[in-house]
Amino acid sequence: MNVDQTQFRAAVLDPARTVPDGLIDPEGRRAGKRFDVYRNNVVVSLSKALAEAFPVICKLIGDSNFSILAGHFVRQHPPESPLIAFYGSAMPEFLAGFEPLRNLGYLPDVARLELALRESYHAADGTSFDPVILQDLPPERLLAARFTLAPALRLVSSDWPIAAIWHFNTTDGPKPEMTQEAALVTRPGFDPVVTALSPAGAAFVEALTSGETFGTAVEAATAIDPEFDLTPTLGALVSGGALTAIIED
Amino acid sequence: MLDATTHDALPLASGVGYKPQHFSDIVADPGPVRWLEIHAENYMGDGGRPIAQLRHLAERFPISVHGVGLSIGGEGTLDTDHLARLRHLVDWLKPASFSEHLAWSTHDTAFLNDLLPLPYTEATLTRVAEHIDQVQETLGREMLLENPSTYLAFAESEMAETDFLREVTRRTGCGLLLDINNVFVSCTNQKLNPRDYIANFPLDLVGEVHLGGHDAQEDEHGAPLLIDSHGTEVVDPVWTLYAETVVAMGPRPTLVEWDNDVPDWPVLAAEAERAARILAPVLQ
Repeated sequence: MNVDQTQFRAAVLDPARTVPDGLIDPEGRRAGKRFDVYRNNVVVSLSKALAEAFPVICKLIGDSNFSILAGHFVRQHPPESPLIAFYGSAMPEFLAGFEPLRNLGYLPDVARLELALRESYHAADGTSFDPVILQDLPPERLLAARFTLAPALRLVSSDWPIAAIWHFNTTDGPKPEMTQEAALVTRPGFDPVVTALSPAGAAFVEALTSGETFGTAVEAATAIDPEFDLTPTLGALVSGGALTAIIED
Repeated sequence: MLDATTHDALPLASGVGYKPQHFSDIVADPGPVRWLEIHAENYMGDGGRPIAQLRHLAERFPISVHGVGLSIGGEGTLDTDHLARLRHLVDWLKPASFSEHLAWSTHDTAFLNDLLPLPYTEATLTRVAEHIDQVQETLGREMLLENPSTYLAFAESEMAETDFLREVTRRTGCGLLLDINNVFVSCTNQKLNPRDYIANFPLDLVGEVHLGGHDAQEDEHGAPLLIDSHGTEVVDPVWTLYAETVVAMGPRPTLVEWDNDVPDWPVLAAEAERAARILAPVLQ
């Protein structure tokens, strides 16, 4: 009655399975509650990790619903790496396909934002340059310049007002209004900051992150919104410490 | 053979499992705490606050790196990506000690985030020894292997845990991390006498001691079932067992672990102080 780890794992993740033969208590009886300790440790510790990773999802659906959801998630998507600080990358897709929550269409994108925040928190440190350099640069050189962006920068685009939803549920942001919005994540120090960007602002940042010139990035934004105002987007990048180097050809 | 190392050893004193919420307290006044232990997997990001705090602490305290995800007892091969991350951490941090568990947690790519039990057989022995050889070769240093908390037994087991551990050290040259709370938990759950366990443990190979809290339950037959929760104070019988053990073994670096429902710093510092008071007469 040897118990291999394939059997052990299957039974740990599925409470409906009987405990494998050969796992016993000191009297030689089949382990029951003793095996459940492992079942419980696995699901509870991983559910807790998910609750820490997705506090806003947790708040939006409530702790008890999240706990049910996490139980399903853990069994369908056990971690593929021991880095539990990064567990849960499949959560947006899982939420999109989770029938009981189909009416909350914004949840997957909010989960993407929470993943982006966590990635940003653990990303490599970057040193931003003095923004005065931007003001001193002649316009034609600025338009031709490309930028290196901080490793902690993330951009999450959405059909939903995800930055507003995030602020409303974490700080005392105003009640979200329905609008298309991208969330810019920057990390000026150690704590990531979320800034709402218009689709045009998002196009600007996306162009810069793909290595386009400043001028091309502005064009990408004005193609979406001819009235595009660069100031708030650039301000968020500067104050977020997201611009780490200027590259001039 | 392994490269000669220049790492300072852990001091024969109290340490605690480092929790980020205690950073300011520890920097302001570590009290009785002379060294810190971190979970390796929490410091494998590229930067940000965790790495910055660790760099700062490592300038002031000897650090012990304690792995919780290597799955040394796994039936499959070790995760070489994870081993490489571990090597990177050990290379830059140059910790005073590296330890891992006699347990498994990964199988067929699924990491189960718990320290799962092993049958004590010749086959397990061969596998565990091979994995420890691989870890020690990759890291270029000896590791300590920790005795687990167990809740059940395998009918197929052929030897006592203490004999198993002794044989692993003989084959690999690794040292041992003696978790006194795990001894108490496992012996209660397996209906063994913890004093006999300690008497049979290769104490001369112990490089570090762990103390922690556990929860007490009963199984479906009314037998005691202790659970290694690391969420409370160390209980008196574990302190007693610790005191008896250090008298027999001599002083060792001693860590208080508190991983769940982490208390305010003074509560954890008081636990470290209690360990320091037990160590003091043995040090003289």
